[in-house]
Amino acid sequence: MANTMNVLLAGFGGQGILFTGKVMVYAALMEDKNLSWLPSYGPEMRGGTCNCSVVISDEAVGSPLVTNPDVLIAMNRPSLEKFVGTVVPGGTILVDSSTVDIKVERTDVTVYYVPATKLADENGLKGLANIILLGKLYKEKGFVKEESLDAGLQKCIPPKKAAMLDFNRKALKLGMEQ
Amino acid sequence: MAVVFEKPHALADVPFHYCPGCTHGIVHRLVAEAIDELGVEGNAVGIASVGCSVFAYNYFNCDMIQSPHGRAQAVATGVKRAHPENVVFTYQGDGDLAAIGTCETVHAATRGENITVIFINNAIYGMTGGQMAPTSLPGQITQTTPYGRDVKTAGYPIRMCEMLSTLDGVALAQRVTVDSVKHVNEAKKAIKKAFENQINGLGYSIVEVVSTCPTNWGLAPADAIKWLQDNMLPYYPLGVYKDVTAQQGGEQ
Amino acid sequence: MSEKVLMKGNEALGEAALRAGCRHFFGYPITPQTELSAYLSKKMPKVGGTFLQAESEIAAINMVLGAAGSGVRAMTSSSSPGISLKSEGVSYIAGSDVPALIINVQRGGPGLGSIQPSQSDYWQATKALGHGDFQLFVLAPSTVQEMADFVALAFETAEKYRMPAMILSDGMLGQMMEPVVFPNETEIHEGDKSWAACGHKNARKHNVVNSLYIEAKDLEKTVVERYERYEKVKANEQRSESYLTEDADIVIVAFGASSRVSRSAVNAARAKGIKAGLFRPITLWPYPETELEKIVPTAKKFLVVEMNMGQMIEDVKLVVGGRKPVEFFGRTGGIIPTPGEILEAIEKM
Repeated sequence: MANTMNVLLAGFGGQGILFTGKVMVYAALMEDKNLSWLPSYGPEMRGGTCNCSVVISDEAVGSPLVTNPDVLIAMNRPSLEKFVGTVVPGGTILVDSSTVDIKVERTDVTVYYVPATKLADENGLKGLANIILLGKLYKEKGFVKEESLDAGLQKCIPPKKAAMLDFNRKALKLGMEQ
Repeated sequence: MAVVFEKPHALADVPFHYCPGCTHGIVHRLVAEAIDELGVEGNAVGIASVGCSVFAYNYFNCDMIQSPHGRAQAVATGVKRAHPENVVFTYQGDGDLAAIGTCETVHAATRGENITVIFINNAIYGMTGGQMAPTSLPGQITQTTPYGRDVKTAGYPIRMCEMLSTLDGVALAQRVTVDSVKHVNEAKKAIKKAFENQINGLGYSIVEVVSTCPTNWGLAPADAIKWLQDNMLPYYPLGVYKDVTAQQGGEQ
Repeated sequence: MSEKVLMKGNEALGEAALRAGCRHFFGYPITPQTELSAYLSKKMPKVGGTFLQAESEIAAINMVLGAAGSGVRAMTSSSSPGISLKSEGVSYIAGSDVPALIINVQRGGPGLGSIQPSQSDYWQATKALGHGDFQLFVLAPSTVQEMADFVALAFETAEKYRMPAMILSDGMLGQMMEPVVFPNETEIHEGDKSWAACGHKNARKHNVVNSLYIEAKDLEKTVVERYERYEKVKANEQRSESYLTEDADIVIVAFGASSRVSRSAVNAARAKGIKAGLFRPITLWPYPETELEKIVPTAKKFLVVEMNMGQMIEDVKLVVGGRKPVEFFGRTGGIIPTPGEILEAIEKM
């Protein structure tokens, strides 16, 4: 199925996993693409591991549950260990190398190591490692137009937290530079 | 010729199915009189429960809903929330209100649901043929306590008015009986007040009527009244357990 | 707002309920339907409606009986174990000919089961949600858009035939976000409510909302009358969708969440040159037998795909009547099947 991108975002609760997925699907909505966003729910969202399935497609989305991702974004070690084997051959893995201390041993996938948490801390963007990784994903995959991504960001940040928008834009840009 | 006695308008002109000596008939009449005197029949919605009073929907001329066993106060909540202008009352026995429906009773009360609850406590399941009720007395012989209610295995009776009077949402919790003219008059006043409280938006009002069940108690009607006076009233003292319109506390 | 918005399925149900004129919601917390309660708890007070968190599922469904019995649009929502608790009230609602909406965002069972998506309440919804002779009108959405669209349809159908309606959803549809469009204005077609117990205002005979008929012959009469209405529902209200079934050798029959995955599997099979198609029941009761029947002569085999151990397959077999093989593929316990697994099942046939 061409023109379908299955993304799995995974990490600890509080790392902005669900938020990142939301920015992606809102960006896709701007371009009237078919999309779905499905969070893991239940006890794991209360402090444990958390993941989110995002599908962006030119055709109707079948299963919103991503079991074999084209793209895996792993923000902690347990997530990488759990999902590394599920990525499709030829797929892409983005790893926050400042929180994950292992390497991907597979050779049939493209892996990008971005010290996202460290970069965020160093650039006054604490808590925005997720958006830095999204910037990197955008650089490599460019799944929507840049203005759509920005519009997606604006949709996801409530007006009363408008100050956060600039920080998120900076994080996105920083990610694109990696 | 002057009319000296007539059926309240809110009471349907059909024969009751109740047994001889059963006090349901008196309480039905008191409820209907209160509805008449307050002029609210057109706005009243009654909730019939499960038990001997299941057919209450045939006996009142206001709109009625027949509820599942124990759920009358949840049903009443639904009606009252949908139509706050309606005067909503439930009519429930002890099994319905104090066993299977305890949860609905306690929570309607604690929410301060603005409804009127008429609670018939006759210490037995009537409709199903005389089994132990939550209010059956210690030692009381019933079909399911053939050796008398043993509190060690069957537990103690529940005093609902006392229990509910601890809840902030309750406007009125009063226990009455209808064993004498004096007590019938007191019961009438309490029932009317329970309706007035609702009209005035004061919250949850419950009137517990200590009642008889001659058939299942195995007693003649007059003996049933005596049994009520000798056995039930000592365990279930009459009185006002909570009244937000007056001084609080029981007058016993 | 006729623009596309992103919403969770559970939230779309809540928004659609408001737009359908429902102002009375009674519920009890349970995963994975919670967002619906949360949404309505926020919105109901703003439109002067009632949001009440009941003390139990049992109380909630009986509050629905009271509110709907007094003539307003009322609903409750829950997930599988909570729906079991509601079954008593649902039976009374059906027996009292009261229209009301019950939403089941299914999770795995039996017992406390899991909190993951499931379709194992198919039998409960279509055959036996409570004691006695009765049916619910059951809709099975497969997208967030359908979650929204089916709420008004459920209320209208319930009122037209004076019966309870259910939207049988699941944790996947409830939790996922998808684009959804709400019409600018929802026209509200409310059914006749002259039977409701809301006070006779001294203008009519008293109404009684009741399910008790102590004389057997009276009860039989009311039940038979109710089943005559059910026949009309069967004749008028069957809904389904056929996808690539005209020339299909293998027809998958699936509803709700599993139908989405099946559709992907059908596309994958077609790409491999296998003539596969999908028949998707939208009403689970009445079962869309008329449309399914049309496919039986041309299909070679049927594959029923469900997120349970095989429940709807019995209704498919009733329609197919032994004329063609009917096979089953299912995952259960809260597992969503993958398109690959279903494709494999197709290839094995």
